[in-house]
Amino acid sequence: MSAHAHPTVKTFFAVWITLLILTAVTVGVATLDLGPFNAVVALAIATTKALLVLLFFMELRYSSAMTKMVVVAALFFLCLLVGLTLSDYMTRGWSSYVNPFR
Amino acid sequence: METTNLSTEKKTNYLNADYSIKSWLLTTDHKRIGLLYLASITVFFLLGGIFAMLIRLELLTPAGDLVLADTYNKLFTMHGVVMIFLFLIPSVPAVLGNFLVPLMIGAKDLAMPKLNLASWYIFIVGAGFILYAILTGGLDTGWTFYTPYATTYSNTNVVSAALGVFITGFSSIFTGLNIIVTVHKMRAPGLTWRRLPLFIWAHYAASVIMVLGTPVLAITIVLVALERLFHFGIFDARLGGDPLLFQHLFWFYSHPAVYIMVLPGMGIISEIIACFARKRPFGYDFVAMSSIAIAVLGFLVWAHHMYVAGISTYAAMIFSLLTFFVAIPSAVKVFNWTATLYKGSITFASPLLYVFAYIGLFMVGGLTGVFLAAVGIDLHVTDTYFVVAHFHYVMVGASVTAFLAGMHFWWPKITGKMYPEFAAKISGLLVFCGFNLTFFPQFLLGYLGMPRRYHAYPPEFQVLNVLSTAGASILAIGFLLPMLYFAWSLRYGKDAGPNPFNAAGLEWQTASPPPTYNFEETPVVTWEAYNYDEIDSPQKGVEVAG
Amino acid sequence: MPDSTPAVHNLKHHFADLEQQKDSSTFAMWLFLVTEIMFFGGLFAAYLIYRLYYFNAWVAGSQTMEIKLGAINTAVLICSSLTMVLAVHSAKLGNRKLTSLFLILTLVLGFTFLGVKAVEYHGHWEHHEVPGANFHFEHEGNFDPNQVQIFFSLYFAMTGMHAFHMIIGGGLLLWLLISNLRGRFSTEYNTPVEMVGLYWHFVDLVWIYLFPLLYLISHHHNG
Repeated sequence: MSAHAHPTVKTFFAVWITLLILTAVTVGVATLDLGPFNAVVALAIATTKALLVLLFFMELRYSSAMTKMVVVAALFFLCLLVGLTLSDYMTRGWSSYVNPFR
Repeated sequence: METTNLSTEKKTNYLNADYSIKSWLLTTDHKRIGLLYLASITVFFLLGGIFAMLIRLELLTPAGDLVLADTYNKLFTMHGVVMIFLFLIPSVPAVLGNFLVPLMIGAKDLAMPKLNLASWYIFIVGAGFILYAILTGGLDTGWTFYTPYATTYSNTNVVSAALGVFITGFSSIFTGLNIIVTVHKMRAPGLTWRRLPLFIWAHYAASVIMVLGTPVLAITIVLVALERLFHFGIFDARLGGDPLLFQHLFWFYSHPAVYIMVLPGMGIISEIIACFARKRPFGYDFVAMSSIAIAVLGFLVWAHHMYVAGISTYAAMIFSLLTFFVAIPSAVKVFNWTATLYKGSITFASPLLYVFAYIGLFMVGGLTGVFLAAVGIDLHVTDTYFVVAHFHYVMVGASVTAFLAGMHFWWPKITGKMYPEFAAKISGLLVFCGFNLTFFPQFLLGYLGMPRRYHAYPPEFQVLNVLSTAGASILAIGFLLPMLYFAWSLRYGKDAGPNPFNAAGLEWQTASPPPTYNFEETPVVTWEAYNYDEIDSPQKGVEVAG
Repeated sequence: MPDSTPAVHNLKHHFADLEQQKDSSTFAMWLFLVTEIMFFGGLFAAYLIYRLYYFNAWVAGSQTMEIKLGAINTAVLICSSLTMVLAVHSAKLGNRKLTSLFLILTLVLGFTFLGVKAVEYHGHWEHHEVPGANFHFEHEGNFDPNQVQIFFSLYFAMTGMHAFHMIIGGGLLLWLLISNLRGRFSTEYNTPVEMVGLYWHFVDLVWIYLFPLLYLISHHHNG
C-alpha cells in the first residue's frame, strides 16, 4: 500500500507485445494436431495472458495482500462451483442404474 | 462520551434533520436507507403473509374447495418468491445491518453511501417486476423456477418475475459489497478485528455469500429467460441439455442464500445474549470464526436439494457428508450462546425472550436439517411437509424471530423511543407458541407422507392441518402486534435515552436517535468488545468510553 | 468555492482522507470483479460440462468459427487494454490531453471489437446457426445436431454477455472522457479512471479465455 511501486510505460509496452505474440502463438498452435494437448496448450497460453493482464495492466502485482487474497478466493470458489458440479456429472456413469441423461 | 448532556435538550438527529419527502428519497444516510428498506420489506412481509394465510385456509379441509389447483400453485409460488427475495434476503442485512454496521464500527456512514441508496432503488425496481408478474396472472413455477417447467410449459409471466429476481439480486450484491468494504476500511481507530462485535462478523460472513453466490443465480436466471424468450437450449432436454444443470447452478446460490438469511440473525442473537447475560460471549473467537466457517461450508452442500432429482449416487454421498459438516459451526454457535447464559446475570427483557424462542426453534430446524442431509431419510421425506416444516423452522423460526429480537433490541436506538415491554413479551410468547403449533404438525404430516404443493389431501391428515392453520392465526397475531406497538411507541413511547439496556458497543455511545453523521467525534476504541465486567463494576462504570 | 483545492473538494464527508477513500474504491472494485468472475463462472461451468458430454458436437460447432476474425478481435482487445492502461497512467500524471487521447483510442478499439463481433453474428445468422426455430445444421458424424444447438446457445450466451459488458464499458469510457474534458481529474484524484481501467481489463480477461475455448481448442484437424 505504502510502497508506491508502479509499472512504467516500458513495462506496459513489453506486456502488450508479449500478449500479441502469445495470441499469434496460440492461433498457430491451433493449426497443428496435438490431440488432447491442443486444449492444454491453448489454456496454458490463455492463463499466461490472463496473468499478465492481471499482474501488470490491473497492477495486482503492486496491490495489497488483501486484494491478492480476494482474487485467489474468487478463483477458489469458482473451482468449487465447477469441481463439485463435475463431481456429479463425472460419476453418473459409475452407477448401475441406467442414466436417462446419457 | 456524550452521555450527560444528551437527554435534556432536543438535539438534531437523523430523523428530525429534515422532514421533506425528497430528503428521504435522495438520502445517502445509511440509517435512513435502512428505514426505507424496513418500510419496503414490511409491505412485502404482509403481502407474503396474505398468500400464506390463503394457503393455510385452503388446507383447512381435505377437499380443494377454496381455490383451484392452479390458483394454489400460484399462491405457494408467490408466497415463496415474495418472502425469500423481497423479505428474508434483505430483512436483517439491509435493515439492521445497514443501520448498525457503521454505528458499531464508529464510522460516519457505509463506505459507499450512493451505492447504498442505489441498492434500495434497484430493490424497488426488481420488486416492481415481481409484482407485475403477480398482478398479471401470478406465477406458478415454484420459487425455484425449475426447468423445464419454467422455460417451456408455464403459461405465467415467468420472464418478468425472473427479471425481478435478477434485479433484486444486484441490490443484495451491492449491500454485501458495501458491508465488506466498510468493515475493512472504515473501522474506528483502535477497533481491531478481534474487538469487532459478533454482529459485524456475522454480517461480514453473510456479505461474502451475497458477493460470491448471487452472481451465479443472476446468470442462471438470464439463461432461463434466454431459453424462454429465444429458445436457447442450455437446459432443454429435447436438445440434449440437462435440466439438472439448472438445479446445480440455482442451488449454488440458493443454498448459501439460506445462510444469507440465517447468519445476520445469529449476529443479533450474540449481541442480545451478551447484553442481557451481562457477559462477554463465551468463546468469542469460535463464534466469530463459526460465521466464516458457515459461509464457506455453505457453498459445499448445495446438491443435497437434488438427491432424488437424478444426480449420481456418488455425488449424493459427497454432498451428504459435506452437509453434515455444516452442523459443526452451527452447533458451536448454539453451545457458545448457552454457555454465555450459564452463570450470567440474566434479565428477562423482551429481546431475550425472542432469543430464547430463537434458540429452541433454530435447534429444531437445524437438527431436522441433519436428518435431511442423510440420503436415506431424505429419500423418504423429499417433497413432503417434513421439508416444509424444516425450512420454515430455519427461515421463520430462526431468521424472522432473530429479526424481531433485533428490532426490539435496537428500536430504542433507531427511534429514541421505548416500546411497551409487556406487549412485547406477549407477542414474543404468541410468536413462539403460534409458530410451533403451525409447523410442528407439519413434521408429523410430512413423516406420514403428505406431499407438499397440493391443494387437496386425504382426510386422515385433516386434524394436523387444522392445528397448523390454527397456529398460523396465532402466529399472524404475534407478527402483527409488534407492528402496532412499534407504531404506537413512535408517538407515546417513553424517551429511551442513549443506552436503555446499558449495553456495550459503540452504537450505544451516541444519542438515540443518532445524529446524521453518527458520532459527534470519531470514537477511539481502547477496550475489548463486550466489556460488561467494566461497565458493571461500580467504580469504572462511567469511564468505559475512555 | 474559490479556495477549495480539488483534493478537498473530492473528499467525501465520511472518509478521513483521500487515501482511505481511494483504498475503499479500489477494494470495492475488486470485489465487484469477484462477482463478475462468478457471473461468467456459471457459463464456463456449463460450457465445460457439455463439452465433456458432447465432444463431437463441440468439434462440429467449433468448425464454423472464423478463427481469423476471432484472432483479430483478440488483438484489438489487447490493444485497447494497452491504451486503457496508458490512459490511467496519463491521468495519474495529470496529463489531461493524453488521457483524453487514450480514452478515445480505447473507445474506438472497443467499438471495433463490437463491429467485428457483429459481422460474425451476421454470418452465424446467415448460416442458420442461431438457436431457435431457424436453427439448421448440416449433420455429419456421430452426434445429434441438436447438441450443436447447445454449443451455439452457449456461444451466444457467453459472447453476448461479454459484448454486453463491452457496451457498458463503452458508456463508462464516454463518461470518463466527458469528466476529463471538464477537468475533473488531477494527480490527486483519478480514482474513476483507475476503476474503469480495472473493469475494462477484466472484460479483456474474459475474452482471453473465450477465444481459445470457443474458437481454438475443439478445432478439427483431420478434415
